[in-house]
Amino acid sequence: MKKASKALFFLIGLLAAHLLLAFFHPAEAVEILLTTKTYLLEMLSILPPILILVGLFEVWVPKSVITRLLGIASGWKGVAVAVLTGTAGMGPLYVAFPIGVSLLAKGASLFNVAIFLCVWASIKIPMILFEVKFLGAGFAGLRLALTLPSIVIISTFLNGILKGRNVHEKTAIS
Amino acid sequence: MFVWLIWAAAALALALSFFKNRVKTVSSLRVSLKFLRSMALPTFLIIWTIGFLLALLPPEVISRTIGREAGFMGVVLAAVVGSIVLIQAFIAFPLAGSLLREGANISAIAAFVTTLVMVGIVTSPLEAKCFGKKFTFWRNFLSFLFALIIALIMGVVLR
Repeated sequence: MKKASKALFFLIGLLAAHLLLAFFHPAEAVEILLTTKTYLLEMLSILPPILILVGLFEVWVPKSVITRLLGIASGWKGVAVAVLTGTAGMGPLYVAFPIGVSLLAKGASLFNVAIFLCVWASIKIPMILFEVKFLGAGFAGLRLALTLPSIVIISTFLNGILKGRNVHEKTAIS
Repeated sequence: MFVWLIWAAAALALALSFFKNRVKTVSSLRVSLKFLRSMALPTFLIIWTIGFLLALLPPEVISRTIGREAGFMGVVLAAVVGSIVLIQAFIAFPLAGSLLREGANISAIAAFVTTLVMVGIVTSPLEAKCFGKKFTFWRNFLSFLFALIIALIMGVVLR
């Protein structure tokens, strides 16, 4: 509710600003309208199929399957599973936090959970589709190619720094 | 071409799913609709804001703050902004794309996008509650550092 009212407030603000601008600088107001239309159409051209894919994924591969797979996998297989499951997630990073906690509780290694979190944050398939559309395949591809090794290095560091500490024990809630 | 490919993939997946299990397919469409409803207004607002930015912000200002002339500081600035703001990446991509066309540096845009998804200052208290302060600090700090490295490499390669 609070979020919705904030958005509404923003909407009214934009509308007021646009009306004011239309009054004093009509040319700019029209330009804004045209740009907005262009981007809106571009967004609409790609949004429906991505939403369909996301919905199908949610239904056919529920989160419990992800948790079970990653809970038991280890070694390079664990890394592969962490990457694959992380890419499948939808939603912002904080959605993945509780999943990470339950993974640790189920015996997944800190290294795998760190990889899972970082991949969830940065390499999601629906997001890559948007990135290719708006920033180009070269940009998206290179960023992806650089991000994956970075995640492995970051997770290795994290695992080294926190070695011997049971991260999960420190958590009060799960 | 790319857009058609995605439409084809979605149509194929939907048809396959429908043949296998109609009930699941219907509930998947319901999930899609739920996502659409949650993101429709924010997406519209961001796109409208982009319209304002592009019309009122002269390209010189963009290239001076996050363009090539801004150099490394522009990249750092973009990375800091990406670490702080909390917007869904797919809403941010159109904005990033338009900034790129208006003269922003490739490195700055790469830094912004990477920290946007990897570093979360606003969500760090939640992360610390789940995984501890040390984990949270190092994960975010290292992600920020690597975002800068990725950005610099991309700036060189995609010049």
